[in-house]
Amino acid sequence: MDEPTVTEGARADGPTAGPRTEDHLTIAGRTFRSRLILGTGGFSTLQALASSLAASGAELATVALRRIDTTQRGSVLTVLEEAGVRVLPNTAGCYTARDAVVTARLARDGLDTNWIKLEVIGDERTLLPDPAELLVAAEQLVDEGFVVLPYTSDDPVLARRLEDIGCAAVMPLGSPIGSGMGIRNAYNLGLIREQAGVPVILDAGIGTASDAALAMELGCDGVLCASAIARAEDPVAMARAIAGAVQAGHLARRAGRIPRRLYAQASTQERGLADFS
Amino acid sequence: MIVVNGQPSDVDAGQTVTDVLERLGVEPGARGVAVAVDGEVVPRSQWPRFALAPEARVEVLTAMQGG
Repeated sequence: MDEPTVTEGARADGPTAGPRTEDHLTIAGRTFRSRLILGTGGFSTLQALASSLAASGAELATVALRRIDTTQRGSVLTVLEEAGVRVLPNTAGCYTARDAVVTARLARDGLDTNWIKLEVIGDERTLLPDPAELLVAAEQLVDEGFVVLPYTSDDPVLARRLEDIGCAAVMPLGSPIGSGMGIRNAYNLGLIREQAGVPVILDAGIGTASDAALAMELGCDGVLCASAIARAEDPVAMARAIAGAVQAGHLARRAGRIPRRLYAQASTQERGLADFS
Repeated sequence: MIVVNGQPSDVDAGQTVTDVLERLGVEPGARGVAVAVDGEVVPRSQWPRFALAPEARVEVLTAMQGG
């Protein structure tokens, strides 16, 4: 990972102040100051979504495509538009490549964006991705000119294949969607980060702030979070907490942590130690 | 019989996607709406001209909370 350069006069005080570098999240040539992406699913009301969105600082948020309900008042698109947040449609609910590809095309036509968060699910209970269908869908959509952001497992080989066929990022899960179990396989996530030439966005399973911080400390470029915020007792507070955690984890990563050691290493020198005998 | 969003519809064969949207109460020019007929996208530009076959299955979708 390239070391960022520090400009003259950079402030070092405060929890979120840091070196003034061009340290933005860049996906497919588009930059975001926030490394937290918000999933809009699970919020009890559009108002709750709007408040949490503001607290999160997210600049990118996912939406799903579903049958229109003309009785519904207000729309998620209006909430996002008013917040100045970019819409990222997803293929949530798709179990086949064909369904995911059709959904992506519908999203492009209806929402006027070629960005797609690609989900192709292989199992109802765990909502784990189906690697075979996912690769077929991803390849097809890349061919059709989509910017494909695939939700994937924590398998480094699958992540590499997705990158090789042209996905704009890889989005490995920490643990099953909505499970709140955090990061089950930090080792694998580290392997994915090591080899990836595209942004790595931890997607699924975050339960609380420390999970998000860990993801960033492991080297993820960003984090996508929905349930941890939407279903928290206080979604606005949790949105703020997770936004802070993403920033903290990212700074900690860039700061270069000390290695883990088996035994102690005194932080105080022995020289000059008094003798009271 | 034409099916719209999983429900039987009294839309007649030969009517267009635009006709379906009108019946659903979707504002003409509504943003964020996408339509598939028999599993294929019908682009917005074709809605006024796309005539439905007698057994057409129409899906009218929009962005909702999710993900």
